[in-house]
Amino acid sequence: MSTATKQRPEAKKKAPVLDRDQFLKAYRSMRTIRSFEDKISEEFMKGNIPGFLHLYSGQEAAGVGICELLNDDDYVVSTHRGHGHCIAKGGDVIGMMKEIMGKQGGICDGKGGSMHIADFDKGMLGANAIVGGGPPLIVGAALSAKTLGTTQVGVAFGGDGSSNQGTTFEAMNLAVVLKLPAIFFFENNGYGEGTHASYAVGSRDIAGRAAAFGMPAFKVDGTDIFAVTEVCKKAVQHCRDGKGPVTIEASVPRFKGHFEGDPQAYRGENEIETLMKEQDCLVIARKAAIKQKLATAAELDKIDEEVAELMGRATEAGLAAPVPEISELMDNVYSSEY
Amino acid sequence: MPVKTYREAINEALHQAMADDASVIVLGEEVSGGAGCEGSRDAYGGVMGITKGLLPAFGEERVIDTPITESAIIGAAAGAAQTGLRPVAELMFMDFFGVCFDQIYNQAAKFHYMFGGKSQCPMVVRCTTGAGWSAGAQHSQNLTQMVTMVPGLKVVCPTNAYDAKGLMLQAIKDNDCVIFVEDKMLYDTSCEVPDEMYTIPFGEANFYREGSDLTIVAISNPMHKVLAVVDRLAEEGITCDVIDPRTTSPLDEEAILESVETTGKLLLVDEMTPRCGIAADISSIVAEKAFSSLRAPIRKVTAAHSPVPFAPNLEQAWMPGDADIEAAIRELVEYV
Repeated sequence: MSTATKQRPEAKKKAPVLDRDQFLKAYRSMRTIRSFEDKISEEFMKGNIPGFLHLYSGQEAAGVGICELLNDDDYVVSTHRGHGHCIAKGGDVIGMMKEIMGKQGGICDGKGGSMHIADFDKGMLGANAIVGGGPPLIVGAALSAKTLGTTQVGVAFGGDGSSNQGTTFEAMNLAVVLKLPAIFFFENNGYGEGTHASYAVGSRDIAGRAAAFGMPAFKVDGTDIFAVTEVCKKAVQHCRDGKGPVTIEASVPRFKGHFEGDPQAYRGENEIETLMKEQDCLVIARKAAIKQKLATAAELDKIDEEVAELMGRATEAGLAAPVPEISELMDNVYSSEY
Repeated sequence: MPVKTYREAINEALHQAMADDASVIVLGEEVSGGAGCEGSRDAYGGVMGITKGLLPAFGEERVIDTPITESAIIGAAAGAAQTGLRPVAELMFMDFFGVCFDQIYNQAAKFHYMFGGKSQCPMVVRCTTGAGWSAGAQHSQNLTQMVTMVPGLKVVCPTNAYDAKGLMLQAIKDNDCVIFVEDKMLYDTSCEVPDEMYTIPFGEANFYREGSDLTIVAISNPMHKVLAVVDRLAEEGITCDVIDPRTTSPLDEEAILESVETTGKLLLVDEMTPRCGIAADISSIVAEKAFSSLRAPIRKVTAAHSPVPFAPNLEQAWMPGDADIEAAIRELVEYV
């Protein structure tokens, strides 16, 4: 069990990994993320969004694949590229839009913004702008689950970048030592900011390195929602059964820059165009679903339209919302008397 | 009333809090000791023996020995605090903050604000501080100022056993991240401590002595040096307000300012390096808010601006000493 194993979908032999309803729900979530990122990119260019944006476009099947297997009371911690994880966990899209625009009614009252997006009603414990900041926190959430005797699991999202941080190593070791229901989910998008994973990940094998800590570790094609789901089912069950932590390394493309506005001089000629043509998880999902007769093109188009309508409403609500009152500046520095 | 040491008082607070509330857990390096070893468990009860006896009383699910892994200890405590537990994490020496500071000041301290009030982080970080044992540059520092400057944290530094118990019980009940700074030179000091549970609110200073010639504010172990000097000088008719803030965040500014308005003179004593320390901070508050009451320059007696040296004579020279305190008091009293 302590070796990284490549997982491939075996859809031909078994019952489908996702049934029709499950697929349609996952597809809607993936489309919602893509449309959300496209919409805020547009609004950012118009000057309607302050600060920095790090978009999740291209990685949707990874986050959605695991989050569709989680309940509202399961926990996730996210990264600075965290909008996708928040939506995948069921986060309130309109509240997120207001938050990212720095408005009243934002999901964090305009105090967090893009890099600290969170939805505690959905077990989304927050995006973290410190690379490697999240894994120790999910160890704590998993410790709560174990101590309180629940079957909740905690998922720490990270990238190839965070896979090199000491906090991540410490968290993985402690999770193994205390046998906690934690999943370390690495989305290897090939880039830590503007440095390639082939340079920065010394072993070039994130799952293999995790396995050396003494936990099962899987690699999966993160553009294939069916493959991700299949691997994640095993991982989540392993945790719910009290068998300790698991690592998943999903290879995914990053369609956008490290941040919106990144000139991306470090990327290869036609690299992004090729990735978008060949590794778009939404295109891959549509083709597979139509082929497997899980859905028709018309049904998927209808979801796309409904999502587009929701994004329109979210954007309007965000633009119309007032900015926070200055009197809110000192609210919630402390949660009890100070 | 029974007399207990500072060590016993904190231990008793932890026992009572854990018995009272099942969500309280203790974690850290060797909080029991002996994990995985051939010999007995509860071998240490923490490096200073503060958590001794908790493992036999509450079991491994709630008294958790961790590897040497400060970032994961503090991060795990913060994540657990967000999700229903009230962890008391032991960091051992305050010097080790450097290893895990991100989890303190970027994570635990910021959740409540950054997430719009929707997340709480009710955790306590226990750590030991203070020079005097020749423990060297990395096991002796008092870094109270580094945590006091962080919005979202509360910082407690008890100077006696009674305060230690009441402030620990308050810290565990509190819904914010509390840094609990124990001075290692005080563990064997004792005073009367009630058996029952009680809390001492944060931000309320304790007046150890009352007087009219000057105001002295001291933090942690140096308080006891101050008291020895002040009691000696009282025989000469010099009387001082001696104030222990008990918590540096929140700080009882009012008590300090009111005293300075009466005495007109202020001496600050702590065992931190002089730049940007607690003495410097209180000095700036008083200069800003009670300038017209001051009848002499504010004086600080602090540690030297150097790492803590090892050799006992150098270490003593580095620390604020009785002679420094006495000289500063006399200088202020004589100042016209």
